Amino acid sequence: MIDKATLAAIRFGYGPPRAAMGGPADMLAALAGPDEMAARHPTFGFTDALPVLAQAADARKMLRQNPDDRKTYQAAVRAAAAMSESATRARFARALDAPDAFRERLTGFWADHFTTKARNAPERPLPGTLVHDAVRPHLTGRFEDMLIAATLHPAMLSYLDQVASVGPGSPFGQRRNRGLNENLAREVIELHSLGVGAGYGQADVRQMALLLTGLDATAREGFLFRPERAEPGAETVLGKTYDGDGVEPIKAVLRDLARHPATAAHIARKLATHFVADSPDPALVAAMTAAYRDSGGALDVVYGAMLNHPAAWEPVLHKARQPVDFLLAALRALGMTGDEMRKMARGPFLRMLLRPMALMGQDWEKPNGPDGWPESQEAWITPQGLGARIAWAMEVPGRLVTPMPDPPGFVQTALGSAADERLIWAAARAESIREGVGLVLASPAFNRR
Amino acid sequence: MERRDFLKGLTAVGCSAAAHPLLTTVTLAQGTGLGENRLIVVILRGGMDGLDVVQPLGDPDFAALRPAHIPSQIGLTGPFALHPGLGGLQGLWQAGQLGFVHATSTPYRDKRSHFDGQTLLESGTGMDVAIGAQRDGWLNRMLQAVPGLRAETAYAVGREALPLLAGPGPSRNWTPEVNLVLSAQSHLLLDHIYHDDDLFRDAGAEAMTLSAELSGREARKADARGAEKGPFGPGDDRPWPDVDTLVDFAAGRLRAATRIAAFSLSGWDTHRGQNNAIGRPLSRLQRIILRMQAQLGAEVWGRTTLLAMTEFGRTARQNGSGGTDHGTGGLMVMAGGALRGGHVFGPWPGLSEAALYDRRDLMPTSDVRAWAAWAMRGLYGLEVATLEGAVFPGLEMGPNPGLIL
Repeated sequence: MIDKATLAAIRFGYGPPRAAMGGPADMLAALAGPDEMAARHPTFGFTDALPVLAQAADARKMLRQNPDDRKTYQAAVRAAAAMSESATRARFARALDAPDAFRERLTGFWADHFTTKARNAPERPLPGTLVHDAVRPHLTGRFEDMLIAATLHPAMLSYLDQVASVGPGSPFGQRRNRGLNENLAREVIELHSLGVGAGYGQADVRQMALLLTGLDATAREGFLFRPERAEPGAETVLGKTYDGDGVEPIKAVLRDLARHPATAAHIARKLATHFVADSPDPALVAAMTAAYRDSGGALDVVYGAMLNHPAAWEPVLHKARQPVDFLLAALRALGMTGDEMRKMARGPFLRMLLRPMALMGQDWEKPNGPDGWPESQEAWITPQGLGARIAWAMEVPGRLVTPMPDPPGFVQTALGSAADERLIWAAARAESIREGVGLVLASPAFNRR
Repeated sequence: MERRDFLKGLTAVGCSAAAHPLLTTVTLAQGTGLGENRLIVVILRGGMDGLDVVQPLGDPDFAALRPAHIPSQIGLTGPFALHPGLGGLQGLWQAGQLGFVHATSTPYRDKRSHFDGQTLLESGTGMDVAIGAQRDGWLNRMLQAVPGLRAETAYAVGREALPLLAGPGPSRNWTPEVNLVLSAQSHLLLDHIYHDDDLFRDAGAEAMTLSAELSGREARKADARGAEKGPFGPGDDRPWPDVDTLVDFAAGRLRAATRIAAFSLSGWDTHRGQNNAIGRPLSRLQRIILRMQAQLGAEVWGRTTLLAMTEFGRTARQNGSGGTDHGTGGLMVMAGGALRGGHVFGPWPGLSEAALYDRRDLMPTSDVRAWAAWAMRGLYGLEVATLEGAVFPGLEMGPNPGLIL
């Protein structure tokens, strides 16, 4: 039988090793406290990335003028890649060091909710900057603030084509014969707030797209509002009319979307599905939805409703760890620290972590679309996905740590009271330490949460 | 416009496309019950713009809807011309081994969500079933309807699950890149620890069986073939390992006992700068078709039908940024030696304002499931009652269009 502290560490963190999560009250208190990991392992915001992005944009321009001189472009791309990789390593380092890893798991959840992707090498740092600027600061605040920050972020404006959308009736649209691009408007409603099942229609998407015109971002100036591109007049979304100039009406519609009952239900269900079960107990979702509605979308209150609900503590592990969480949990169990993660050479980092992660089905920061990674255990524990996990578990740990841990002891380190009899029996019977450690990491108990 | 530099890099693909459009999955099935004919299904994720791929240049309303469009010079039949990105397929068209269905769609309407649209396309159900409620895919239900298939003789390849072939019917998943070498003892111990967990037991058993079957020799063979220069079509002069490895792997299986393969190919979500953005996924699709033809050889290609279908088409009008937004009626691409090609099938609805769906999208004039159903009937002799009852519940197939020779 899994005890509650072990369950907390597995379900809401990266497993028992070095975890100090306790129960719901401790976890909520830690969340309310200072963000020590952000200070210890810093990441980059958009403003920090601006020089690198601007340089890459210049280099791209030069490359078009003089296609034979690739050196400047390649150097700019390398700088962008290095910046992006250092942000990734910092995120991983936090996961390895955090005693209260719930904050890191929540960061992963919201980074996925607001998925963005770099479309080419020079823009590689962009997705990480959105997590830094829009997700982490609002992790325990109100959802509407996170929604506004994420929607107005240059990474989002670029990824979902808002930078190419122009009010057809605006001065710029009239002069240049330019018009709308619906992409961001649709996904804000469908994915980020109400959810696809909610009662909205194509007319709402269209009006939302008109309302969002004027939002822009560039590699030199960052976020911009361009009044000459904004559609004149008022727009009506979900029956409410938004008028006025500048960003304020856009913030107003995002606030209203965040406060909509459908958004409360959508966010509650998504959180419960991510943390507790692929098909969560309706009572749990209802309690979280009510907490969201009653608090006006205060996320710490919603997390509290989840952690204080008995359905969140059923001692049966129903879900599969996603590949990134599987790898981080494994590295934690093997004793790797955040500083070691940040010092790891580039070759091994790619060869032993990011490429195997892609083979497990999760190409880091490159999900298929803006809906992010799948949740269901069947999407991850496929023959090829599990095969890649087994291959990693058997081959890589021995190249990362010396000496390797003794398998029977490693079962306890990695899993504590979540270790089952079959695994304890098998770990002691492996032919080598390498294979014993591999069996533990490849086991259902270690791959579930 | 200085900001264009920044944007250029962000233009290529829209909201559902991968950074490098991935050929995600190959799914394969084999068995004596299917006879000698091969079926390859390609799911085109992101919403392919059929109006750009098979361009209705002779339609009087087209030019006004697409002012920035560059008309193709490659005439097909009637009002239609082929996008130059598929120009390498002209020989197939002339040989009657390439065909299209225009203005076709699933029953999905109005919300225009990629994710619901793809779920419906792969589950093969109508709008009377809640989206996502059907857990198995239509290709899997076809396998369930054919006697004589064995679990160990059907499998799938790729990094990602493909709902199209998911379900209780016999099929398997694998990706040639995972190389799993286990000692006998580790194999036994893994069997032991997976024993009580159905999901891990089934996935693990399949992983271990397949890696043993396909290990070493086969993987090296696939690599060697991938290094050869194949008939890639105009402009495709460099190796594309992700496409080639999976196509070659699937072709190798199809030359042997495998009868059904499924892939998915993303990159079609062309919200912006479509004239450029659609080139890349088109050349990948062309590469898949030509390389598949070459790797299968004349005899097997002669018994093969490839169907490429997408979750929805795109808006008839270009949008404000030289792209197109999510629409309704789309296009199915068909190829293969078993196909009665050289036709653009399906009634053409026209593009006048009144003829459009919701005054914005190409009006669907057929159900894409009906074409797939007639192809399966032609290839495998499945009963209409089975196709309308079990494979595509609630579908009315209508008259036989004679897709298969």
